[in-house]
Amino acid sequence: MGLFGLFSKEKKEKLDSGLSKTKDSLFSKLAKTVVGKSKVDDEVLDNLEEVLITSDVGVDTTLKIITRIEERVLKDKYLGTDQLNRILREEIAALLEENNSVDNAGYSLPSDKKPYVVMVVGVNGVGKTTTIGKLAYQFKAAGKSVMLGASDTFRAAAVDQLKIWAGRVDVPIVEQGMNADPASVAFDTLESAKSKGADIVLIDTAGRLHNKAHLMDELSKIKRVMDKVVPGAPHEVLLVLDGSTGQNAFEQAKEFTKATEITSLALTKLDGSAKGGVVIGISDQLKIPVRFIGVGESMEDLQVFDRKEFVDSLFN
Amino acid sequence: MFGNLQDKLDRAFKVLKGHGQISEINVAETTKEIRRALLDADVSFKVAKQFTARVKEKAIGQNVLTTLKPGQVLTKIVHDELVGLMGGSEAEINIQGNPAVILIAGLQGSGKTTFTGKLATYLKTKKGRKPLLVGGDVYRPAAMDQLEVLGGQVETEVYLERENKNPVEIARNSIKYAKQNGFNVVIVDTAGRLAVDEAMMTEIGDVKEAINPSEILFVVDSMTGQDAVNTAKAFNDKLNFDGVVLTKLDGDTRGGAALSIREVVEKPIKFVGTGEKMDALDVFYPSRMADRILGMGDVVSLVERAELQFDEEQAKKLQKKIAKNQFDFNDFNDQIQQIKKMGNLKDLVGMIPGIGKMMKDVDIDDNAFKGIEAIIDSMTPYERANPKQISGSRRKRIAGGSGNTVIEVNKLIKQFEETSKVMKMMSNKNNMAKMMKNFPGLGGGKM
Ligand SMILES: Nc1nc2c(ncn2[C@@H]2O[C@H](COP(=O)(O)OP(=O)(O)OP(=O)(O)O)[C@@H](O)[C@H]2O)c(=O)[nH]1
Ligand SMILES: Nc1nc2c(ncn2[C@@H]2O[C@H](COP(=O)(O)OP(=O)(O)OP(=O)(O)O)[C@@H](O)[C@H]2O)c(=O)[nH]1
Ligand SMILES: [Mg+2]
Ligand SMILES: [Mg+2]
Repeated sequence: MGLFGLFSKEKKEKLDSGLSKTKDSLFSKLAKTVVGKSKVDDEVLDNLEEVLITSDVGVDTTLKIITRIEERVLKDKYLGTDQLNRILREEIAALLEENNSVDNAGYSLPSDKKPYVVMVVGVNGVGKTTTIGKLAYQFKAAGKSVMLGASDTFRAAAVDQLKIWAGRVDVPIVEQGMNADPASVAFDTLESAKSKGADIVLIDTAGRLHNKAHLMDELSKIKRVMDKVVPGAPHEVLLVLDGSTGQNAFEQAKEFTKATEITSLALTKLDGSAKGGVVIGISDQLKIPVRFIGVGESMEDLQVFDRKEFVDSLFN
Repeated sequence: MFGNLQDKLDRAFKVLKGHGQISEINVAETTKEIRRALLDADVSFKVAKQFTARVKEKAIGQNVLTTLKPGQVLTKIVHDELVGLMGGSEAEINIQGNPAVILIAGLQGSGKTTFTGKLATYLKTKKGRKPLLVGGDVYRPAAMDQLEVLGGQVETEVYLERENKNPVEIARNSIKYAKQNGFNVVIVDTAGRLAVDEAMMTEIGDVKEAINPSEILFVVDSMTGQDAVNTAKAFNDKLNFDGVVLTKLDGDTRGGAALSIREVVEKPIKFVGTGEKMDALDVFYPSRMADRILGMGDVVSLVERAELQFDEEQAKKLQKKIAKNQFDFNDFNDQIQQIKKMGNLKDLVGMIPGIGKMMKDVDIDDNAFKGIEAIIDSMTPYERANPKQISGSRRKRIAGGSGNTVIEVNKLIKQFEETSKVMKMMSNKNNMAKMMKNFPGLGGGKM
């Protein structure tokens, strides 16, 4: 459903919905501000609700978006569907945290942090290792010297997998094989990066479900150890979220933030049919920017996150 | 956390008061809540809508025979409806044929390879089979190594053709190999693929054609959101799979995808994955899943049990004592026995909506009251009847006698005093829920 189509779709069955109150008030306000023969009514909001919910935006955030549009419409003296389209996009995009700390597009790094250390975390199978491979490729292409640390010593053949990525991209990797202490691998990697003058270090970690306290503690420990080698490290903790994940991503973001203070998000598998709308609420509530999106399995398939493009994609 | 537990208990017990019949009006609020619970649990938008409409139809006009609120009755209807939907006929894995051929399919990272290893264990130990694992993922870096490691862990041979980039050929060859070498089940792992990737979907269709599986299992991550329906439908259209494997249920996801998939493709969920280790495989329990999706414990049976054990006579007597400020440790002890009669504490807590999940990993001591009881037991009859007279030296003696420290005895007495105060305050309302609220055994944690 195109964005424009959203507002011109023929009337569909009214939803038995928890949103109806909000909808009514918005509708009445819209009705007042719209001059004459507008097509805008409940169905607009029904459609909007469907688009947002089916994109995994979640009920709370959907309500929030509707409220924001409502306020905006009041303030801006809404006139027609074109403007409503624009307002809608703007309001949703505004919920996504602006990422102004790092120059993403150029893959440049802050000069006072060398090596710049990124720790990559997330639940099982979301795409951490693959994202590291892709990031290594991008930073290398940007002229940086990259080093990988194989701190997933648990999952079957995890080290082999990262080694293959290191080989593909042709960057060095520090590993101690399977079942080694992940914190010790991270320690080694940073020492090595320091002595070799690497620009950026990417630390892979084992996938873990956020409700497993001992595994989350382990993650905190890996993080703490790095600071001993490179003060301030890790400079970035990247939480990888699977684009097809539903509302549980909220819990993931909260718990990983508790354990490691997440600084940025990567959203993977957006080459599929899932929309990844849950990041809107996460970014809004936890004030964490989305930095990258994964759009495939090859090393080039990483893109810098663009708020506007992302919002548009919800309506396509 | 325990504050929350008190609240929930309180609310759960309040429903003891009855409320007539389910009507259009009182059903509206609850269906909204149910729809929202479903959406929060990632049940697909359309499925949630159809489902609530159906429940509403069933509910209207139903008499509330028990002393439950219509909301409660409705929740039970929803629950039963959900169980019915997800249960259906007994869903055993089909391992007919020699060798029986099982094909595993699903999105990237859903847990296919891990499940392959788990299934081998299951078939060996539970079904006495001799399985062969087949590495049909020629794309993912180290996919074959991963399978090889898992095969080693479960002591099952893994068939690999490391140089061959054609999964159809590998699968076909593996069947030949199995026949020649006496394997009676072949489990073919495949690469993760997106439903929208036509080339890859064609490929898995070709693998199916080549090996004619007796069982095709679709592996899906239980954390999947709204897209679950699209993906399941696309895989089903291509493969007409036989069953679903729901992975990573050891997490705290509500797992609404299970319902959506069931609704859309009408295939049974045959296994659930509950961990990364090779034995973390379970069969599917529809009722548990329904509870999980709704985020509720078994409200209804909690209420029923409470009703059963709640003795009107005794309550009235107690009421009088409270009003006269005569509530003592004997009554306190009676209350503990009352609660104990309702069943084991862990079960009870598990039945409280929202709490079951929260407390899943917390060790609830079945003997949570033991410490309290020991202290009360060590009191003399005089002390039990006259709580105010328990002096410092008496406390020391009680502590020694019950194997506790004085601090613990002090704590209990303090809690007792607070409880009596609150009960006095509420004594005009004959309400067990209120009394429960300040029950130290639950409120103060383990003694
Ligand atoms: N289509 C697609 N697949 C992806 C993307 N990112 C990762 N994958 C695939 O997802 C699967 C899991 O990726 P991994 O990188 O191994 O995930 P992980 O988070 O490291 O997994 P664990 O270490 O086991 O927790 C692999 O098959 C990847 O190829 C993406 O953006 N698009
Ligand atoms: N906690 C938990 N982790 C699981 C479960 N099943 C699989 N995993 C983990 O999920 C991640 C992905 O599992 P894989 O078996 O590699 O997934 P896959 O579907 O084969 O992935 P691709 O081949 O890349 O598509 C790994 O880290 C597994 O250990 C489960 O039931 N619980
Ligand atoms: Mg990994
Ligand atoms: Mg695999």
